[in-house]
Amino acid sequence: MSVICTSFPPIIRVGAHSLMKPMYSSYHKTLNHRWNSVINTSQARSFVALAASPRSSSYATNGKSRSVYTNLRLKPQPAYPGHIPLTPFENGVLAVGSALMSLIDTRRADMVAACGETTAGPTLVKLRDTMLESPEGRRILKEMPRINSQTLDWEKLRSLPENTFGRAYVRWLDACKVTPDSREPVHYIDDPELAYVMQRYRETHDLYHALFGLKVSALPELALKAFEFTNLGFPMTALSLGASIRLKSPQRARLWGEFIPWAARCGSHARCLLTVYWEERWGQDLDEMKKEFGVWDPPAGITIPRPSRIDLP
Amino acid sequence: MQVTRSIPRKLSACRLIHNHHILRSSGPAGRTTSFGFRTVPEESKESLVKGVFDSVASKYDLMNDASSLGVHRLWKDSFVDTLKPGRKGPLRCIDVAGGTGDIALRILDHARENYADRETTVDIVDINAQMLKEGFMRFKKTMYHNTPQVSFHEANAQELTASQFKNDSYDLYTIAFGIRNCTSVPAVLSEAYRVLKPGATFACLEFSKVNNSLLSTLYDQYSFTVIPLLGTILAGDRNSYQYLVESIRKFPSQPDFAQMIRDAGFSTGGDFDGGAWTELWGGIASIHTGVKI
Repeated sequence: MSVICTSFPPIIRVGAHSLMKPMYSSYHKTLNHRWNSVINTSQARSFVALAASPRSSSYATNGKSRSVYTNLRLKPQPAYPGHIPLTPFENGVLAVGSALMSLIDTRRADMVAACGETTAGPTLVKLRDTMLESPEGRRILKEMPRINSQTLDWEKLRSLPENTFGRAYVRWLDACKVTPDSREPVHYIDDPELAYVMQRYRETHDLYHALFGLKVSALPELALKAFEFTNLGFPMTALSLGASIRLKSPQRARLWGEFIPWAARCGSHARCLLTVYWEERWGQDLDEMKKEFGVWDPPAGITIPRPSRIDLP
Repeated sequence: MQVTRSIPRKLSACRLIHNHHILRSSGPAGRTTSFGFRTVPEESKESLVKGVFDSVASKYDLMNDASSLGVHRLWKDSFVDTLKPGRKGPLRCIDVAGGTGDIALRILDHARENYADRETTVDIVDINAQMLKEGFMRFKKTMYHNTPQVSFHEANAQELTASQFKNDSYDLYTIAFGIRNCTSVPAVLSEAYRVLKPGATFACLEFSKVNNSLLSTLYDQYSFTVIPLLGTILAGDRNSYQYLVESIRKFPSQPDFAQMIRDAGFSTGGDFDGGAWTELWGGIASIHTGVKI
């Protein structure tokens, strides 16, 4: 709700509010019950516990709080660690600036993240509601799992059989030399639960890479962004396709000719991947998983090589 | 960000009243000072400021241009033109908190272009090695590199080592946009008094209080809205620029700072714009000058 309030002019706000009201009233009844059951989960503490208790007092005792200077009426107090409240004007400036900066310097992952958050708008609300509609998604919102090198059990993942999703993920991490720790935390989303949905998207992005075995260079990343646009709907993912002007001509032609059609068809056919509780599925067979979600492999050229027969036990 | 993580947890137990004009005070946790709008133990301000400048050093010039829309160049030109270095012969200058070398370069160029003076020297002093490195690289692109006209020193403006910076040895002491980052302004002023020769000039260019309320409102909106965003977008560092704009608000007003300069032993003009200080752009920045009698 606060996302709508801060991003849209009054007339649209009223219209959107009246449309959303039926969804929200039933949702808010379940909300209190969920907050209470969630507070004791250690993983959830960082996001939810701070929001559930009265914001000003619990946050004021945290040494990291920072007073908000101008226009306190328009800016809420920080609702979770790392939250930077923005006025609508600042949000707009950051949206434009981060989009331009990500285009100029594609290595600025923090700018891509900021662009995603400032342009998210009602997408996060829609995704959260989609998650609430599936039992698996509801479990994710209740338990709020995080994916980083502390929460992953590396030994167990490496010991899994070859064609399982968990093993494929570790193989992809090794092949592309990345870690799950490099994700920028969420700063610019006002509602803590929507901030969690955004954080979950950022942390599971690597898992989508692993699902298809996509490499981390520009072309596969853009193909995956196109997939995410049709599957999840973030405006930033569509905006990022503008970065394809920085590719060389033949690569750009392949992107728009082969990979984006794949991404569009696959993404819209598949179930919403944010409703997938990946942590429960490490041992699931990869092909069976793809069939369950309704996805299929991209055209050749942007994936890491599958393990050859001699590697299999 | 590393700036926030270094503050000790016990800080949250201190209950101190903010006063915009008092920079230092005593509380239950010992002597404290301001770090932007936050109150921190005195000992930690130096390392917090070091953290800020380590982080901003590489993009410092870009951010200055972006956040002041290039106007800082006009201010620095005004500053050096007011001082006219080289008019009465070669000077031994010391430019404190002068890391990236903007003022030093202007001093040397002014002396060379206007008075054909190649004997004026500037000792650039900064507490932060990263900023000095940026300055050194900038000077490498000029004709002053490897000449005795410029030298770089890593030192604390509050305690310039007596053996290296002797009493009564400089003709001009400049500090531009640096004094508000120092923990103890009186200590900086008394060190300045010590190293200057009798009759020499102390000059400080710093952000100051805007007295016009309309300009002040616009300036505040711009500072607190646009500058942290520019810091996020251009430098990937919001907290450092938030600190910088907050520290401007915590600095004493023009008359108070003029009094502090007098307290250190300098002789200044009267307490009005044009006397002890000259306001630039309505008071956004001011040039304070004093003479050691």
